[in-house]
Amino acid sequence: MRLRLDTIRHEYGGMTVLDDVSLDIPSGEIVCIVGPSGCGKSTLLRLIGGLEEPTSGAVMQVGEPPADCLNPLTYVFQDFALLPWRTARGNIALALEDHGLTAERREAIIADVLARTRLSDFADALPKQLSGGMKQRVAIARALAVNPAVMLMDEPLSALDSQTRELLMDDLIALWSRAPFTAVYVTHNLAEAVRLGHQIVVLSRRPGRIREVVRIDKPLGERGLGDADLEAVQKRLWSLMREEAAAADAELLDA
Amino acid sequence: MPETRVPFRGGGFRPTARRWVGVAVFVALIALIEAGTRSGVISALTLPKPSDVLATFRDLYDTGLLWKHLAPSLSRLAVGAAIGASAGISVGVLIGLFSYIRAGLVPLVAAIFPIPKIALLPLFVIWFGIDEGSKYALIAFGTFTPTVVAAYGAVDNVDRTLIRMGQSFGLSWWSIVRKIVLPGAMPGILSGLRISLAIAIILLVAAEMLGAEYGIGAYILEAGSLYDLERLFAGVVILSILGVLVSAALSLIEARVLRWRS
Repeated sequence: MRLRLDTIRHEYGGMTVLDDVSLDIPSGEIVCIVGPSGCGKSTLLRLIGGLEEPTSGAVMQVGEPPADCLNPLTYVFQDFALLPWRTARGNIALALEDHGLTAERREAIIADVLARTRLSDFADALPKQLSGGMKQRVAIARALAVNPAVMLMDEPLSALDSQTRELLMDDLIALWSRAPFTAVYVTHNLAEAVRLGHQIVVLSRRPGRIREVVRIDKPLGERGLGDADLEAVQKRLWSLMREEAAAADAELLDA
Repeated sequence: MPETRVPFRGGGFRPTARRWVGVAVFVALIALIEAGTRSGVISALTLPKPSDVLATFRDLYDTGLLWKHLAPSLSRLAVGAAIGASAGISVGVLIGLFSYIRAGLVPLVAAIFPIPKIALLPLFVIWFGIDEGSKYALIAFGTFTPTVVAAYGAVDNVDRTLIRMGQSFGLSWWSIVRKIVLPGAMPGILSGLRISLAIAIILLVAAEMLGAEYGIGAYILEAGSLYDLERLFAGVVILSILGVLVSAALSLIEARVLRWRS
């Protein structure tokens, strides 16, 4: 299954935040969306997953999601969105409980995703006992549990410190290398974008329009911290965004 | 160059547990009153001797009158508060969940809240009878309004991102209410119950002052009209202990139910 964004336009109270966004999200690839703050990239992600309705245009699902997919469009949130009163296991179970699975099937899925995110030893820990990086791994495990057709990741590493971010990026790359998933990955961090994105979509400042789509063909597994070719792409992205970011910043001051 | 040590400026503004200070304040205050009444600085008409109050209390216990008064009071408190709190939580949660119910009931609750419920006691006597009914109703009504306000405030304060998360995983409306909204509202509801139950104790006494043969309120009223300060204070002490016990019970429940809070 892939997604097609068809001339999406979105307004908040008469102010256009997104305009004429058309985009293809191919199966098995990670599409990163970057842009200056306030360009509507998080809004775009909410539109893609149906948490908000576009003012005009539509998000189209092309093809059928895989048969064992419980929740085709699944989010990973910036602030993890874990229920603090449930353990890691309980938080993952939450996503499975409404699907009429047998208890054994549910346990098997939970054990599998906990193992894939290296959390098996922390299954019974409450979120308050976990570090930020582990919390986000629980949230990723929860997303994997429903076997999504497309993962919608809203700045998933932004609430973490830079070292944890680096570790979690390796985790994501490992997860993708073992079983390629489709993802839309919103971030303001260009380093993340060049490490994780097969395509990087640069949005302009408000109203957000697609300025450019950059493809990186280097396989995810071969990309590393500080690779010269990735640095070059990152520099180009920044040169595309720099003026816009400065203008967006000034705009906020005017408001 | 002169060297001076940077002075420490942080600290404070952080309550820490000081377990025995509360007890010490009680003991010191009682000891002071005891000394004052014994020496005559405090006249017998102003305050009774704490030791006499204790003796009255023991007497009450020995004659079995304590249970005779306490049992009906406790059952009135339990029934009235249970009705009021459960109705309050239900209505509060409904207000939190449905905009129409909110629009319809919030002004009504705001109108009922400031009415001193004791003023309505004669009305309750007509509606529910002079017996237990009117007492249950008074206590229930008095606990209802603060519980409603606490409950819908608690539902309003549930983290919206958690609800969005539930929706994004395709959870049903009922699942979201049961698994996200209600547990998320629990801390607010429990802290609201603290206030509601204290009000319930106040109203219990008020209800018993009007037409009850037995009960702490009746006991205090009788002692008061005879100007029997020892018995009056014995009754008041029972109420204080009751309040402390209810609060301690709630703390226990909070510690169990809200273990997940940091």
